[in-house]
Amino acid sequence: MAGSIDDRFPLSVRDSETASAVALPLASRLHEWVTTVDHKKLGLMYIGGGLVFFLVAGLQAATIRLQLAVPNAGIVSPQVFNRLLTLHGTAMVFLVGMPILTGFFNYLVPLMIGARDLAFPRLNAFGFWLWFFGSLLLYFSYIGGGGMEGAGSAPAVGWFAYAPLTETPFSRGHSTDYWILSILLASVGSTATAINLIATAFSMRCPGMTLNKMPVLVWLAVVDAGLMLVALPPLSAAQIMLLLDRYLGAHFFDTQAGGSALLWQHFFWIFGHPEVYVLVIPAFAFASEIIPVFSRKVIFGYEVMVAASCAIGFISLGVWAHHMFSVGLTPAGNAFFVTSTMLVSIPTGIKIFNWLGTMWGGRIHLRTPMLFAIAFLFQFLIAGLTGIMLGVAPFCWQLTDTYFVVAHFHYVLIGAILFMIFAAIYYWFPKATGRMLDERLGLWHFWLFLIGFHLTFDTLHFAGLAGMPRRIYTYQAGRGLESFNLIASVGVLFQALGMIVFVFDIVRSLQSGKLAGKDPWDAWTLEWSTASPPPEYNFEEVPRVHSRRPLWDLKHPEDPDWKYE
Amino acid sequence: MSSGERTAEFLKLDVVAGSISPPAIPDPWVLPSRGRTGMIALIATETAFFTIFVTAYVFYIGKSLTPPYPHDVLSYPLFNTVCLLSSSLTIALASRALSSGLIRRFAILWFITWALGVEFLIGTGLEWHRLIYHVGLTIRTNLFGTTYYSLVGLHAVHVTIGSLAIALVMTLTLAGAVTQEHAERIEMLSWYWHFVDAVWIVVFLTVYVIGAR
Amino acid sequence: MGAANREIARGAVFSPVSTPASAIATLAWFILAITFTIFLIVSSLLTYSVIRFRARPGQEPREPPQLYGSNPIEFAWTAIPLLIVFVMVLTTIRTIFDVQAATEPPGAIHVRVIGHQWWWEFQYPDLGIVTANELHVPLSDPAHPTPTWIELESADVAHSFWVPRLAGKTDLIPNRINTMWIDPHEPGIYLGQCAEFCGTQHAMMLIRVVVESRPFFDQWVAAQRQAIAAQDAVARGRQVFETNACASCHTVKGTRAHGTYGPDLTHLMSRRTLGSGVATNTRDHLKIWVRDPALMKPGALMPAMNLSENDLDNLVAWMGTLK
Repeated sequence: MAGSIDDRFPLSVRDSETASAVALPLASRLHEWVTTVDHKKLGLMYIGGGLVFFLVAGLQAATIRLQLAVPNAGIVSPQVFNRLLTLHGTAMVFLVGMPILTGFFNYLVPLMIGARDLAFPRLNAFGFWLWFFGSLLLYFSYIGGGGMEGAGSAPAVGWFAYAPLTETPFSRGHSTDYWILSILLASVGSTATAINLIATAFSMRCPGMTLNKMPVLVWLAVVDAGLMLVALPPLSAAQIMLLLDRYLGAHFFDTQAGGSALLWQHFFWIFGHPEVYVLVIPAFAFASEIIPVFSRKVIFGYEVMVAASCAIGFISLGVWAHHMFSVGLTPAGNAFFVTSTMLVSIPTGIKIFNWLGTMWGGRIHLRTPMLFAIAFLFQFLIAGLTGIMLGVAPFCWQLTDTYFVVAHFHYVLIGAILFMIFAAIYYWFPKATGRMLDERLGLWHFWLFLIGFHLTFDTLHFAGLAGMPRRIYTYQAGRGLESFNLIASVGVLFQALGMIVFVFDIVRSLQSGKLAGKDPWDAWTLEWSTASPPPEYNFEEVPRVHSRRPLWDLKHPEDPDWKYE
Repeated sequence: MSSGERTAEFLKLDVVAGSISPPAIPDPWVLPSRGRTGMIALIATETAFFTIFVTAYVFYIGKSLTPPYPHDVLSYPLFNTVCLLSSSLTIALASRALSSGLIRRFAILWFITWALGVEFLIGTGLEWHRLIYHVGLTIRTNLFGTTYYSLVGLHAVHVTIGSLAIALVMTLTLAGAVTQEHAERIEMLSWYWHFVDAVWIVVFLTVYVIGAR
Repeated sequence: MGAANREIARGAVFSPVSTPASAIATLAWFILAITFTIFLIVSSLLTYSVIRFRARPGQEPREPPQLYGSNPIEFAWTAIPLLIVFVMVLTTIRTIFDVQAATEPPGAIHVRVIGHQWWWEFQYPDLGIVTANELHVPLSDPAHPTPTWIELESADVAHSFWVPRLAGKTDLIPNRINTMWIDPHEPGIYLGQCAEFCGTQHAMMLIRVVVESRPFFDQWVAAQRQAIAAQDAVARGRQVFETNACASCHTVKGTRAHGTYGPDLTHLMSRRTLGSGVATNTRDHLKIWVRDPALMKPGALMPAMNLSENDLDNLVAWMGTLK
């Protein structure tokens, strides 16, 4: 029956019972993971792999901030710095964001719709291993063949690899080829996952779960997958064109032969803008599951939330040139993209208001997942507002390619997406492992990371306004940039400490965390009706649902959702 | 009154008045097949992929700095086109035959489909041979060469993949392993093939009609 | 770099001294006001809800009223943002056209900027001058504007011309000509730099725009037009320059050097910095640069010249006369 979460699960008690498990030899356990087609294992592999790359790319970011802490620091050479920024950006998008977020969908979607697995389990495994080897290839570039100026091998062209810097005359050796090939491989994996998610959501729902009764997370997974299907091919196409230029002498982006450097930019951003929505929509999905549970209220405006998400997905396909406001488009062209960019802010704002409406009049339990979700709301609000500033083309003419943009997108990527990833981990870790994470350590993680995040990224907005462009390995003294950069670099320490606490918590809780049981948060969607961790087949009996919150109906038979939906 | 009912009254929502039983679940519970939704998703993503190459082609029409130019060297690949488009017809008939359990008819139509696909590939190869060795047009010659070989080549790659899949099914059919049960899978493969043919129509119009003016 | 940096006028995006930058700043303040207000309202509501509706210990274990939605509320918070967006879009479009669709008045100065890895070439086609890295423009009187109209091209990869106090940034894209304009109404030296990642030394592609009153500008033009005078005392250095590979990349008007791959050095000593802002323009720095540019700007495309110390001294002495 319903009780408050805190009654059922007080903060301070720790249980030292170990979960019972049959101890198999290491070799056969490894074999099980390497050959698995189970969506839960593959989901965890995606998330685990993504977290490992997060630490690697995070160390690269820390090195960047160390170099920029003071003018002319001389910690790394410009060549090394340019490789750091390229790998940091590329890895964070393709090796951290995409796998972690699609890993969550991988894990949760079948459970939330009462299915046994995704529609195509073997395709799922195939996609994972493609991603895995693609991601290894990217970092292998550090030890692979010669690169720019022959002095290094990792790509150094920035994560968006503008032409003609990536063409053979300006990008000798193979460094750029590593960038192309690793992403091509990883993207095929993501496309496979997208096809799988769509087929699953449409074809594998349990009886009674009409589309109108799917959890918001599943709807958002569908929108996300749809965006991936349409947005990833332009990048792959452009990369293949670049390969043809580099190896077969084609002229797609060869400006000497009449080719267009802008064509690369258009194709890249036709991919690139929807891609950032691919990354943020899962954060919306997590928020739409977590905020209701910790506010003890149904989500406010389910239909509007779904419609707004579809609108965001659709409009996001038509805003790409707001990344190109300074390339010299016509005034009419600029005006069009200003308009479409501003329009996308409307459904986005609606979602924030609906989450607010969910909290309003509720009973808010400030457990760790909710703390991260509340920070997400504030930070995503700010990120959206700086996004509006950037959407104003003339203002963008000053702000683009500066640290203002860097601050804006890190506000989205860290402030919104990473914070919701943390929330999701705290929320679903008990389901996946059968154990709770520690609330006290969670508080330390939250506050350390929050302080560090704001120290770094609040100040970087001002560095941009003061005239600091992005992707520079150093800057001159006396330009008014020193204090911003120093404070920003200090923030990294706090974030690193927060991460250490988090990793420690995970490792310790895996071994001795409090046992979670089926439903530690008193939640309402189907994944909480099965064991923690779920058996391989997910559900003993195929669930039958009558509303969007099947467990609410079971817990409140006098007042079920289906009366009001 | 429960909290939900109080809320509903406050907001003047319509309550399923006094109903004590939940909405009925349709029995049997029928959803679109995963093969169907998967193939539609695949076709959607491939469409996006081809759109970019077509866009590049159209963007670069008339922009080559040096000859040869399309109207000088291209000739309509009519026979190839007829073969490929006919193969859509034969594969549709084959698929229908299998659904009706007519394995022999299916096998014959399936083989014809494969042969027509292979003919298209041979024809494309012959045209490329002419363009490369007699006209001197390669992918590196100029923007026309770049966009022509990449777009037509990308399509040909998809025809090749389709032909290989068809050949695989052909082999399984000869081994007697394909039955009426597999009709849905065959239909999904035929959808892929129809897609490849539809792309050819777009490529044909873009390269040989619009681009060759 | 201290002396050179001290000359630079402080301020950036919100200290405009030229019409495009002012138009942007005005619009920016307007947008900031709107977004800040939105931030205040929404964050207050969020804060209030977290405090007011927080679960307190000792409350009855009962779920709060389940509110499924409200069409009137949804309509309100769709319509109001739409109106706000409408206003922002209109004001933005107005500024876009003000800046981009401005017509060139008679008497405007023309500059052709060519971006290179990693330096700026500035040509004044009407005045017959070619220089590098420091752009001189005349002061523009708002009552009778004499703006500088700039065409932007690239010799290699994409770059971006950004001097925040003068205008928003505009990219230099190979195989494409972009245009922008500035009309600074305050004299001074304004700092900018390349704002599109262009390779190893992207960070060291600085721009100095020297805005001076018309008489001083004309004086500078006249001096730049001069070819160098032959000076016997440093003839040996000139010989080194002309007989080594220097001449194949650089131009010095009045000598045999007509190379265009690297900056025009005819009036090198009139510039405050070397290497597009990497060091102040002193004899010592110049000697290090010519000996091996990679010591100051690793990755720079100019190779180490491998001259003997004697040749190097003579060469630098001669270069010191290129005022």
